[in-house]
Amino acid sequence: MTIATDFTLAELIIAAAAETWRDDGELLATGIGPLPRLAAGLAKLTFAEGMLLTDGEAMIVEQPTPLGPRGDFKPKYTGWMPYNRVFDSVWAGRRHAMVTPVQVDRWAQGNISALGPDFQKPKVQMLGVRGFPGNSISHKNSMFLPNHSKRTFVEGEVDVVSSVGFRKETWPAGSPDDLVKIGLVVTNLCVFDFNGPDHAAQVLSLHPGVTFEQVQDNTGFPLLKAAGLKETAAPTEEQLAIIRRLDPHDVRATVLKGNPPGIRAAA
Amino acid sequence: MNKQMSLKAVVAELRDGMTIGVGGWGPRRKPMALIREIIRSDLKDLTIVAYGGPEIGMLCASGKVKKLIYGFVSLDFIPIEPYFRKAREAGSITVTELDEGLLLLGLRAAAHNVPFAVTRVGLGSAVMQANPEFKTVLSPYEDGQELLAMPAIKLDAALIHVGKADRAGNTLSFGPDPFFDQLFAQASGRVYVTTEELVNIIASENPEDMKSNLFEAYLVKGVVEAPLGAHPTTSHYGYGWDAAHLKAYAATAGEEGGWQAYHDKHIAGGEAAYIESVGGEATIRALPIPTF
Repeated sequence: MTIATDFTLAELIIAAAAETWRDDGELLATGIGPLPRLAAGLAKLTFAEGMLLTDGEAMIVEQPTPLGPRGDFKPKYTGWMPYNRVFDSVWAGRRHAMVTPVQVDRWAQGNISALGPDFQKPKVQMLGVRGFPGNSISHKNSMFLPNHSKRTFVEGEVDVVSSVGFRKETWPAGSPDDLVKIGLVVTNLCVFDFNGPDHAAQVLSLHPGVTFEQVQDNTGFPLLKAAGLKETAAPTEEQLAIIRRLDPHDVRATVLKGNPPGIRAAA
Repeated sequence: MNKQMSLKAVVAELRDGMTIGVGGWGPRRKPMALIREIIRSDLKDLTIVAYGGPEIGMLCASGKVKKLIYGFVSLDFIPIEPYFRKAREAGSITVTELDEGLLLLGLRAAAHNVPFAVTRVGLGSAVMQANPEFKTVLSPYEDGQELLAMPAIKLDAALIHVGKADRAGNTLSFGPDPFFDQLFAQASGRVYVTTEELVNIIASENPEDMKSNLFEAYLVKGVVEAPLGAHPTTSHYGYGWDAAHLKAYAATAGEEGGWQAYHDKHIAGGEAAYIESVGGEATIRALPIPTF
């Protein structure tokens, strides 16, 4: 295991995001978007052998499918996961997804549906709630946010509560305390979770060159420093080799503006 | 038994104000030839139920839609359907925005002739505020849990694109994912299919082949021979979605008179003219099915 010294921020994020699946055991893992998908593939190939991955459509694959045109790579299928069985996995709690909401609030509620105060005539129509209500009340979800700012981590409540969070007064009667499960939130600045007191957000690690104050200044709600707050671990050369194999066309370089290096000069 | 019909004859059986389900998923397996025929007709005030793709945008743009019931409306590689977005931001349509799974459950309840399906999905989310008519029930058993009573979504008709069909209404649907065509069919009890290939009788000695039969022939009221009828969406395994066409279509949403221009160029002249207007049969059949 050799710690890499030359890597991009996207590669740092992929390695950090993979950790969210570490202790999951056997379940369906879904990384939505290039970096979460690469993170899931990396987890599968390094420490989470029991996770089930799809080819992006209805087939379970033996190996993570590389992004983009496949060249000589031919996926080998080991199972079938059409959407009706995705819903079965979701509702049984046997899935862990990493998603990218447009807005996230202090309760870990996410919004991908629409912006503006009037749902009947939204200022900006986005994706609709899609599967977020059912996912969030059924299984664990993690998040990747490429642009950590007060526009994404909002001060008040998100405009349209697409995924359920820790606002327990909105939960149905008789809900267990662990109804909602949130894993890691990985951004371009840091890694945090919602495991502080009363599910407060707490920063677990800061990406190289980023300060806690910088993260707080770009977040619309208060953050805590987790015990043992550290620098986000650099990927290993072995991890980078896997990432390059899973992303032969370097799609990861297009996700973050300017494709910044993983170790940033101090501001 | 001969259920073969023309596109026009199917549309003549539909009525203003009907609730119509559309099979497929985003830009996959949409009965677009029938959608275009609806756009050419006088039908109006429709309630459309779908995992929506370009059919939703086109029906909105042509003023056919009063209400939408959807799990999403997306072109996939263009995440938000442009004319759907326009209609929403103008506030010109009524919507029931559902979690994707709630749509499945509503259709299944209708298919099974029960008034609702119980689920936890939707509780605690904006689905409850956006749909204030939704009610919850308490489990009558010891757990006492509060659950959503997701109302049945009864359809007056369902429009579904299939790969192969015969005149008796037996159908085969190809592709890696059956999506929820079965539930649209069963929730309607009245299905009109467009088919890539029409044969005299679907019969096979291999029972495995029949796993592609997604819904009962007794539900099928009309079969329309419509090769290439899913274009610009994917029809497994004949052709993939037409990304260039969908991009050009999406761009018209930002142009003054854009929809009218699209309509005149591609829809007004009928289906034979449509195929020519998008490059002809050989061009469509060469469209690859995208991988991810």
